[in-house]
Amino acid sequence: MAGLISRGFLGRRRPAEVENRLPPGQYLVTDFPVLSAGPTPHTPLDRWSFTIEGLVQSPVTWSWEEFQKLPTQTYTIDISCVTKWTKLDTKWLAVSVDTLLQAVQVDPAGRYVMAYSDGGYTTNLPLDEMVNGQAFVAYQFDDKPLEPVHGGPARLVVPHLYFWKSAKWIRGLRVVERNQPGFWESLGYHIHGDPWKEERYSGD
Amino acid sequence: MVQPVLEWQAGRVTAIRPETRQTKSFSFALPKWMAHRPGQHYDVRLTAPDGYQTQRSYSIASPPERLGEIELTVERIPDGEVSPYLHDVLMPGDQLELRGPIGGYFVWEVSLGGPLLLVGGGSGVVPLMAMLRHRAAQHSTLPARILYSSRSAEDVIYRDELDGMAAADPTFEPFYTFTRQPPAGWTGYRRRIDATMLAEVMRPFDRRARVYVCGPTLLVEAVANALVQMELPIEQIRTERFGPTGA
Repeated sequence: MAGLISRGFLGRRRPAEVENRLPPGQYLVTDFPVLSAGPTPHTPLDRWSFTIEGLVQSPVTWSWEEFQKLPTQTYTIDISCVTKWTKLDTKWLAVSVDTLLQAVQVDPAGRYVMAYSDGGYTTNLPLDEMVNGQAFVAYQFDDKPLEPVHGGPARLVVPHLYFWKSAKWIRGLRVVERNQPGFWESLGYHIHGDPWKEERYSGD
Repeated sequence: MVQPVLEWQAGRVTAIRPETRQTKSFSFALPKWMAHRPGQHYDVRLTAPDGYQTQRSYSIASPPERLGEIELTVERIPDGEVSPYLHDVLMPGDQLELRGPIGGYFVWEVSLGGPLLLVGGGSGVVPLMAMLRHRAAQHSTLPARILYSSRSAEDVIYRDELDGMAAADPTFEPFYTFTRQPPAGWTGYRRRIDATMLAEVMRPFDRRARVYVCGPTLLVEAVANALVQMELPIEQIRTERFGPTGA
């Protein structure tokens, strides 16, 4: 989108190999900012569980102990927050959503997912953007247990969408038929949230 | 809720006012101004001659009662890309691309009720000030307090205005704490905000307080955790991180 030239602004340029990895309007950070709408939940691991429910043949729930036994992968991915920062090459240990969905049989009517978290947070996602390696539930960041401020004990990570879609403190996925807005999507943020299309706000 | 489509618009700088050594307030006249909810922010976009663009978000400091204009208070981050431009280059009469208002959760308005407890650190006070200015403009007598942490006396943004509001309004009281250099003769708090301090400031409000916390992550986490420990219902605690991440 063309813009008004800002008198005297040149901007901070990065090497092309970095610049090409920054979605439009984003800037590079090397720290890991924390954004939350309310207090950080601190759910003890013995009371933590992860559930897949909704339009599935039979819902499944894993305890923390059971979840730890699921096969994991390491992912190195770039993340972009709608508040404009992008962090490159973040490293996660996680269970692929493909692995989780293998435990249930999704009803053909189920086309969307509502991810839900401790503290009441929700976010909506198309099911076909959660599969084939596109999304995972992570419990280690940088080889260490994921800190509560960053969503620990476990958070969803969906690297190709703005980071509010990567629900912190995740406790489950509800497979649904219709695309209903989650928490931020009800408050003016985009229903989909692709950073490369700059889908920041409703109507973008 | 129907959301308006947010378009970029060219705001014209009508005033620039230094607040502290590190912060300035910028007023913009907006051709497509719309009333915001106190606590919301605007996005700012800068464009270089070759088309390179970058964006940042800044909290609105002014109340929605100020028609046709918004004021943003911005901290200058020495190694930042946008805030040094705003501080060092932008002048009254210049145009700047803005879009907003944005954000629908970290907001308070008189209709939401009180009592209101605002907790801020550093430039995190900015969206809280919009709430207080709105409350004053509405002549609201909902009890309100702000607990505001600064490094030193020179770093307190809006000090005179906050004290002036308190002098004119017995239902509002500001509390300051200084983590490094309190003013000479200071007898108030001189430490990071902790549970004891929060309990003291919140005492008359008990667990009815609606609390808004904005500041650096460590402050927000400490305050929100302490409030949960004090058994304040979590739906009454709203937080926003604010601080010098690459701004």
